[in-house]
Order: sequence, then structure tokens, then C-alpha cells
Amino acid sequence: MATGAVPAQSGGRDAGFVSDSENYLKNSSGLLSWIFTLDHKRIGVMYLVGILSSFLAGGLLAMGIRWHLMSPDGLLFSNDAYNQVFTLHGAIMVFLFIIPSIPAALGNFLVPVMLGAKDVAFPRLNLCSFYLWLGGAFFFVGALMMNGLDTGWTFYTPYSTSTDTSVVMATLGAFILGFSSIFTGLNFIVTINTMRPPGMTWFRMPLFLWATYATSIIQVLATPVLGITLLLLIAEKTMHIGIFDPEYNGDPVTFQHFFWFYSHPAVYIMILPAFGIISELISVHSHKGIFGYRFIAYSSIAIALLGFLVWGHHMFTSGMSQVTVIIFSALTFTVSVPSAIKVFNWVSTMYKGSISLTTPMCYALSFIFLFTIGGLTGLFLGTLSTDLHLHDTYFVVAHFHYVMMGGTMVAFLGGLFHWWPKMMGKMFNETGGRISAAIVFVGFNMAFLPQFLLGNQGMPRRYATYDPEFAWLHQLSSIGAFTLGIGLLTAGLVLLHSLFRGKQAPANPWGGATLEWHCTSPPPFYNFKHAPAVGDPYEFANVEYDSATDNYVFTDLPRELVPDEHEPAPASAGGQA
Amino acid sequence: MAQTLEEAGHDLDDHDHEHHENLAHHFDSYEQQFDAGKLGIWIFLVTEVLFFGGLFCAYALYRNLRPEIFAGCSEFLNTQLGAINTGVLLFSSLTMAWAVRCSQLRQHKMLVGMLAATLSCAAIFLGVKAIEYSHKWSMGLLPAGLYSYDPLHPHHPDAPNYLLYISLPFALILVGVVGWLAVAFLQGDKFKVRVLMPLSVAAACFFVGIGLGMVLESGGVEGHGAVDVDKVAHVHQTGESPELVGAGEQAVEAIAPDDAELTGLELLARDKSNPGAQDALEALATQEEVARGTVLKSEETPMPTASETVPINTPKQAGVFFGIYYCMTGVHAIHILAGMGVMVWLLIRAVQADFNENYFGPVDYVGLYWHLVDLIWIYLFPLLYLIG
Repeated sequence: MATGAVPAQSGGRDAGFVSDSENYLKNSSGLLSWIFTLDHKRIGVMYLVGILSSFLAGGLLAMGIRWHLMSPDGLLFSNDAYNQVFTLHGAIMVFLFIIPSIPAALGNFLVPVMLGAKDVAFPRLNLCSFYLWLGGAFFFVGALMMNGLDTGWTFYTPYSTSTDTSVVMATLGAFILGFSSIFTGLNFIVTINTMRPPGMTWFRMPLFLWATYATSIIQVLATPVLGITLLLLIAEKTMHIGIFDPEYNGDPVTFQHFFWFYSHPAVYIMILPAFGIISELISVHSHKGIFGYRFIAYSSIAIALLGFLVWGHHMFTSGMSQVTVIIFSALTFTVSVPSAIKVFNWVSTMYKGSISLTTPMCYALSFIFLFTIGGLTGLFLGTLSTDLHLHDTYFVVAHFHYVMMGGTMVAFLGGLFHWWPKMMGKMFNETGGRISAAIVFVGFNMAFLPQFLLGNQGMPRRYATYDPEFAWLHQLSSIGAFTLGIGLLTAGLVLLHSLFRGKQAPANPWGGATLEWHCTSPPPFYNFKHAPAVGDPYEFANVEYDSATDNYVFTDLPRELVPDEHEPAPASAGGQA
Repeated sequence: MAQTLEEAGHDLDDHDHEHHENLAHHFDSYEQQFDAGKLGIWIFLVTEVLFFGGLFCAYALYRNLRPEIFAGCSEFLNTQLGAINTGVLLFSSLTMAWAVRCSQLRQHKMLVGMLAATLSCAAIFLGVKAIEYSHKWSMGLLPAGLYSYDPLHPHHPDAPNYLLYISLPFALILVGVVGWLAVAFLQGDKFKVRVLMPLSVAAACFFVGIGLGMVLESGGVEGHGAVDVDKVAHVHQTGESPELVGAGEQAVEAIAPDDAELTGLELLARDKSNPGAQDALEALATQEEVARGTVLKSEETPMPTASETVPINTPKQAGVFFGIYYCMTGVHAIHILAGMGVMVWLLIRAVQADFNENYFGPVDYVGLYWHLVDLIWIYLFPLLYLIG
């Protein structure tokens, strides 16, 4: 049986269901088969569960913050408690949710399958990354349980070296999470470099893989610097080594340089994989080849490299020399070029495409809208004169929520809906999915557009109370945040519902042409029995809708077939060999 | 790292692949497996370089800000011990490279020997390091927050026996390994004997390092101090308050100008149109006064900073140097320990004769890692020990 591909049946019109003995979710059972699994797909699913739990925790904290800010004097927390709540919201969302969200959860599942490999290069290292993530998460929970944390997620000195809260615990957690991130990145780079099947040239790789590759480069090059920074911070706090603490002749601005040397590229760790997802989604759901493939591919790498040169724009008001700030400001603007190239290409891809407004496409469209706002408002912050006015105000908060949440989180949801049938083998309720996308879009804008106005009027970030003149904007923002929460809840319920009531997913429900759609849904545990034949990942001419099975099938194989060493490729099969 | 032991939980129907020992299921060939591992370890080494890069950055920053503190405090470090450790690590890199060759040539016994030699060198390194650390700790030469060095009483009489605490885990390991070896020998378990014998040697080598360090450092406490007093006396020809010249205080203010600089400045200062040189000369005069113990001039005439004299024997000055010193050498020592852990695993596999010309990746990868750890020390040694 030509397993790994769509099982051959009469006429080649098969939905591509997999047998239970080969389904990666069911081929072995019991808790231990998950805890010690080396299957990248199961590790991806475990990540998904963990990451969504963190998202829930961070989201509830966000709801707490917005509830508190409904009134100028604060409704819910004392000032100290408020500091802890926004710190944990930030730290959990950044370190536990956004950074690992797309690369670790979706990436783990998709990278080998899209590449046509059997697994990542180092499966045990992959599992190790997951447990490092779990360990780091426990440290964060530990910090929460002990004394809390009130430094903000950036751990700026000298406050972080003098506060009594659990800075050491939390930084250790971030340190461990850093290694999880490094190992994931390392694994993907090696996998993409050495495990491509014959025919999978660099420029036949799906753009999601290009984005993941660029992300992995940042993870590998930037995260170690965060590691040593946090280690030095722990040493500073416990023994006062005098590097960051002004009380001992240290320099807090040095900490900021060290910290942002990682944490600015980390912003691209968050957003680049989202670009990758959007490139897939826009092309597949427009049923049209991607416009400017090479430009999108190269712009991912360009963003990864430029991202290393702009960390100083977080510190325009920290006291750097005039020359330095001007250089950093100028470099910051260069990043907008590759980002704009991507947006342009996505829009051009849709032009004259046959757009299906499926749930993933709805999310992809709202991504383009929200990310564009997030990116353009970044220019105000990269400009020196306006940044002096806007620094540390709600404008910054709104800007990075537009990029991280409106960008990464929305793309993550879009990707989750897009690959959910592949991962779980179940179709979700399309109407419910679209409604969730609409609520998320409306709620998000209602929550964060007012914050631009607040920031412009001078409302500083991280304040537990505010002047009554800001009240109506804050209340509007809070109502938007609750709406957003409801939208996310709807999305979660739609997905959960599909697990129990969803109809079985066909191999290719959307009409994608990349390799993961050649596998069954869900894929067999070994992905591909033989190295799959590889063609253009965005060639949709031979993908045809089959209404009998509500599936897209590959009608012919213009791809070059790789001669198999062991057995001849089945000629009549509906799928590829 | 590509660890390719057969995984029980990862079974796969391998009907049409013949069974390859040590070839992981998801690789097509030994070559692909080796290439993947090699790329992986190189990327890992890149992350290591960046990790240490942060430390080197901190070093460069503060040395640039306060060169005199670094020059002065470096006098506290025993160059002989540093040089010995450099030699030991270089030699261990040779044995490690040799081990890689042995694994390719199926010279299993030689491979075990080379790994044991590398482990032993690492243990000697740590032994010497233990002497260096414990000696400094007992003198209070610690990071800023804990710094308590007193030049008049450099050796705290009531300091805990740090050397004992550091050695204790290694002593336990030695006793455990030797005991286990004896049991294995009595039971006639040849495999365990062949593993534990080299491990016992390596564990014992830690104490060789301790001994070596003790001989040099105890010869050093007087000799080392005396040498430096000479050096200080030479530098401070202009006259010190004599009670300040004591063993170990050389670092307090080893920052006076030497003759050449002074003459040069005086020559320059004769040119009345050169106010910079005159300021510098004035600053030097101030420094000498400070060195003689006179009070600093008042704030209205700020010193024009030719090379400022500051009392560097304070937590905020010397403490910063030692903070950086302990971070750099400490993180390096952790890497040595990690390397030793992996090498023990290699040694067990070498005794099992697991490696051959198709499958020697793990030895190769650990070798690369070990060379990097060695290389970092090659940079640490001059940057910390030889800048005085």
C-alpha cells in the first residue's frame, strides 16, 4: 500500500482518510506514549496545548487589567497588585505564548511535513525543548506563587535588582525558555538544510518554511545574548557584580542594550512566522500562485538580519549620544521596506484571485489590516521627535499590540484554523469560525484604537490610575477588550466543538498545493513512506475540487517524479507517489 | 547533537530498509546523519560564542571605562596557575582531536585512553581552578556585593575552608567511582571495570590539580606577594607611605606613571602653548599627593584626568573586576563540567566499541565543543591574567 500518500482507491477520488493504526494521534495510546514521544507532530500538539493554556492565563490577566481600568481610580487591584498583574500579563504573553506560538506549535507540526521529511533532524532535542518550555513555565508560575513580579517584562535595572519580588525565579524561567527557543531554532535550521528530499530546492520551499528559517536564525543568534544577560542580572541581584547596578558602579543603560539586543530581534521571532502563515493562507484561499515568491522569501531573511541593527530604538530617551540615536532611527526605517514588500505582495496575490472567504482567510485579511496599522504607527515611534512625545505612553502599548496581537496572534489563529483539519483530522464549523474572526476583528480595534488616542493625549503606560478626562477612552478600550475576549472564546469553542462533533477532514480541504496536503488528514506517524515528489508549492492548475468528497484532488502530476529505489511509483494513484 | 541510539518508543515498520545500526530512522544515510549533526553542533557553537560574547562585551565596556582597575586587579591573579591551566587545556584539545581520529580508525582501546586523558586534563584544570577560587574567596576578593578584601589583613583568619567545600563533591565522586570499581572487579564485571578504571584516574586527577595549585599558590602567597611588592616599589619610585606597602596591597594603587611617561609629559609641558600636557602634569602631581596619602584637592579644581588615581580597592571598583572575573571563568568552568559529563557518556560508548568509520559523529561533535571551550580559555587567560 502506498502509505504516506493518499491511499489509492478507485478513480483516485479519495478523501484521504488514514487508518487508526497509522494515524499519528492514535498509532499508540496511553499517557507515556505522549510524554516520551519523539514524533514532531505529537510534540507540536503538546506545545499547542501548553501555549493555549498560557494564552488563556495571560488573557485572563489582560481582562483583569482592562476591568481595573474601567474607572479612573481603578476597580480591582491595589497599585502594587496592578504592577504585578501587568508584568505577568506581559511576561507570560511574550515568553510563554507569542515567542513559541507559531514556531514551536505550528512549526513543529508543519516544518517536516511541508519539507517532505520524516521528522526534524534531532527528535530528542525537540522533545527536550518542549520540556524546557514546560520547566520555564513552571518557574513563571512559581514566581507568581511566591512574591509575584512587578518589574515589567523587561526586567530593567536598577529596579529589578532592588525589588523584593521574585526576579531571580522569573529570570531563571526566561533563561530556560531561551534554551527551549534556541534548540527549536537549531533543529529547524538543520532540518531545512540537510533533510530536504530530492527535488525540494530552496526556491520550491513553501514560504512558511522560509519564514521559519529566518526566525530560526534570529532564535539562534539573539537568544544566547538574552541568556547571558539574564544570568548576569541574576548574578547582579544575588552578589552585585557591578555591571548593571549603579549602586555598584554599574550602568543600567548597559542592561538595556544587552536586553534589547535580544528582545528587539525577538519581536521578529514573533512576527516573521506570522508572515509565513499569511503567505500560505492568502495564496491557498485565493487559489492563485503567490505574487513575488522570491521577494517574500528574501524579505524574510532581510528582516531577520536588519532586525539585529535596530535595538537602540527602544532607548531613544535613555540617554544615548545624538549620533547613536540618529543612526538607530535611520536603521529602524529600513525594516519597513521588506515589511512593506510583503504586504504589497499579499495584496497583489489576491488581485484577480478566486478568493474563498473561509475562516482562515478572514483571519488573514484582518491580519493585513491590523498589521499595516501596527507597522505604520511604528514609524511615529521610530521618528526621534515624535518618539519623545509618545515614549512610554499608551501609543506604544497600542502599537505593539497591533503588531503582536493583531499581527502574530491573529495569524496564529488563522494558521490554526487553516491546519486544524490536518492536525486533528476534523473540520470545524465554518460559520462559527467566521463569526469568531469578525468578533475578534471588531473587538481588537475597539480595544486598541482608543489607546492610540490615549497615548497621544499623554496617558502614560503602566499606570494603575488615570485622570478622569481619559475615562471614556479607557472604558471604550475595556469594552473592546471584553469583546475581543468573547471572540477568542468563540474561536476556542468552535475548535473544541470540532474535536467532538466535527466531520472527518479530507486530505486537502482548502486546495493547497504544498506537501502537507498530499498526506492524509491527520498524517500517518511517519509522514511520507518515500521521499515525496516535489513541485512548485503555489501551482494550483492541477488542484481540482471534488464535490463528492468535499475535497481537492491532484488531477495530474506535472511534477518531476523522483525515481524510487525500491519500488516503481504507482502510476494511477490519485495522490502523488 | 545527533544521538542515534535505537529508540524503543520510536518503532517504525522498516520492511524495505535493511537494519542499520546507529542510523536513526528519519535519516536516509550515514552521511546525511553525520552532516545534520555536524551542522547542528556548529550552530550550537555559534550560540555559545554569542553567549560568551555578552560577557566579553561587559569586559570590554568596563575595561574601557576603567583600565586602571583591570590592570591593578589583574595582579591578584596568579599567572603561573593560569599558564598551567592553559597548557593543560591545550593538551586536552590534542588528546580530544586524537580521540576523534581513533574513533574513525576503530582503535577502541586507544579511544578510551584518549577520552580518559581528556577527562583527566579537564579534572586537573578544575583542581587548579578550585585552588585559585578558594584562595581568593578566603581573601574576600569577591564580586562587588560581597567584596571584603582588606590590604592590611588580606587573609581572613575566620574564613570558612572553601577549598574543602569545593573538593567535597569531587572527593565523593572519587570515592564512589573507586568503590564501584572495586566491587565490579570483585564481581568480575569486565565492562564496568573498563569503564570505571579511566574514570577513577580522571577523578583522581582533580586532586592532582589541587596539589599542583597548592604548591604554586603557597609558594606564591609569600613569593607572589613579594614579587609584586617589588613591582609596586619599582613603579612607585616617587615614594609611598611605607605602611601601605604590604603583601597583596599592590593592587590598591598600581597606577602611577612610569618614568618614561613622566619625562615625556614634562618635555611636552615645557611648551607653554600646550595646556593639555600641563593639565596632565598637574593631574599626575595630584595623584602623587593622593598616593602619599594627602587629601584630594577640592572640587573647584577638577583633575584633568590624565590617568586618574582612584582607590580601587573598594567593592565598587575592584569588586566590579572580580564580578566580571567570576562570571567569565565561572561560566567557562560550567562548560568544562558539561563537557566532562558528555565525555563520560562517550567513554562508556567507546568501551562498547560503538564507533566506527560510519558512525563517529558524537566523538567529533564533542570534540568540536571541547575545542571551543579550550579556545574561550585561550582568550580569557590573557584578558584576565596578563594585562597587569
